[in-house]
Amino acid sequence: MIRIALLVARKDLRIEMHSRVLTWQVLPFGVMALLLCGLALGPTAAGHSHAAPGLFYIVITLMALLMVNRSTAIESNRGTRSSVATLGLDPSGVFLGKAAALVVEMWLASAVLLVGTVLFLHVDRAKTLSALPTIAVAVVALSLAGTLYGALTSSNSGSATLLPILALPAFAPLLVAGERAYSAVAYGGNLKVWWGLLLVSAVAYLILGILLYGVMEES
Amino acid sequence: MTKKLGRLALGPVSLGLLALTFWLGYFVTPPDQVQGQLVRLLYIHPAVAWVALYVSFGTATIASALYLWPRTRSEALDRIAASAVEVSLFFIALTLISGSLWGRPAWGVWWAWDARLTSTAILGVFALGYLALRRANDDREQRARRAAVFCILAAINVPIIHFSVLWWKTLHQGASVLSSNRSIKVHGSMGLTLLLSFIAFTLTFFWLLRARYRIEVIRDEKLHRSLAASIEQRRTEVSGA
Repeated sequence: MIRIALLVARKDLRIEMHSRVLTWQVLPFGVMALLLCGLALGPTAAGHSHAAPGLFYIVITLMALLMVNRSTAIESNRGTRSSVATLGLDPSGVFLGKAAALVVEMWLASAVLLVGTVLFLHVDRAKTLSALPTIAVAVVALSLAGTLYGALTSSNSGSATLLPILALPAFAPLLVAGERAYSAVAYGGNLKVWWGLLLVSAVAYLILGILLYGVMEES
Repeated sequence: MTKKLGRLALGPVSLGLLALTFWLGYFVTPPDQVQGQLVRLLYIHPAVAWVALYVSFGTATIASALYLWPRTRSEALDRIAASAVEVSLFFIALTLISGSLWGRPAWGVWWAWDARLTSTAILGVFALGYLALRRANDDREQRARRAAVFCILAAINVPIIHFSVLWWKTLHQGASVLSSNRSIKVHGSMGLTLLLSFIAFTLTFFWLLRARYRIEVIRDEKLHRSLAASIEQRRTEVSGA
């Protein structure tokens, strides 16, 4: 399973390195969305608002949708699905591999976005660094959930528009937990509960993904 | 014969019990010491929420899990799950509307960013997503399998809604009927009406579920018939040529 996961992750990351969709499309979208959030708050509030962690997570969630769509689209290319079926690859390994590639991409995206959050929304740099472990776990949970929901929508008509309605309700608790954890580090509060929720969600989606991914890919 | 009679009686009995609940709730039971006339919404809201969250989503989840289990997989289970989610969406909407009607005079707002309200609304979006997912796939088996997986994933939200009043301690009150030591908090005619409302709405759910299931069966039969007619027509055309 791990060998297949590594193979799939390497394949997805290689495709990403060649296509540069993350660099030229998803990251500029994220930065623009963050700027729009600042504009919506207004020039006075944008620099002094405690909403910064929430805005960071809103944007990262939207970026996750784009990246999950992209990750699913790779598998939807003509012949890919039948090739995977013919090769008899372990679906759990495929799930883990796709989720791992998404985690790497999302970590990169969140690093860029965090710089933007510190720069535009004036969150304390040292406190943001302290919040990194919670953000890393939140991103893992988002990627695992995203991969699972991406598989649900793949090869459906209108899958790109279907994904948000299916995935956003599932992303909501992760968004709340991530935002509260970041806020707790930045402005004070109970961090332990939100850490717990993030870890439990990540483990739950990992187990569900391993168990159910194959069921969705059956033909 | 008894089965058929039971099926036929389900609708009228449900409607009769609903009417009795409304009559008792609005004309017989007294107003509450604290909430006054507002308490009358208690004969609708908790029962409707019970059906929306536990009865209908529970039915859909069990049917979906059984569908995914190869030994029990059948089209009937897929139809039951789909019908239950659709009826659940109706009850979720009723839950939110009745809660909102209570919230305006009690809290001063139609909507509060309360953990239970928000998580229930999210369950409503899950139900909408389930129906959207079913409409986006023409492959019958794949659609059923994916919908079943999605239903199980959506059901994770139900315990979150249930425990939200304990975990987050926001505006929504805790358990209305049972106290923390499992003793009943509502008595007399109020308790009886409340119990009746739970029975009435639960029976109404099963009546609606049955009706929705029948529609699914008729739709499938119609599809099979039109498919068979098309094949037959094509055969005639080929043999004629």
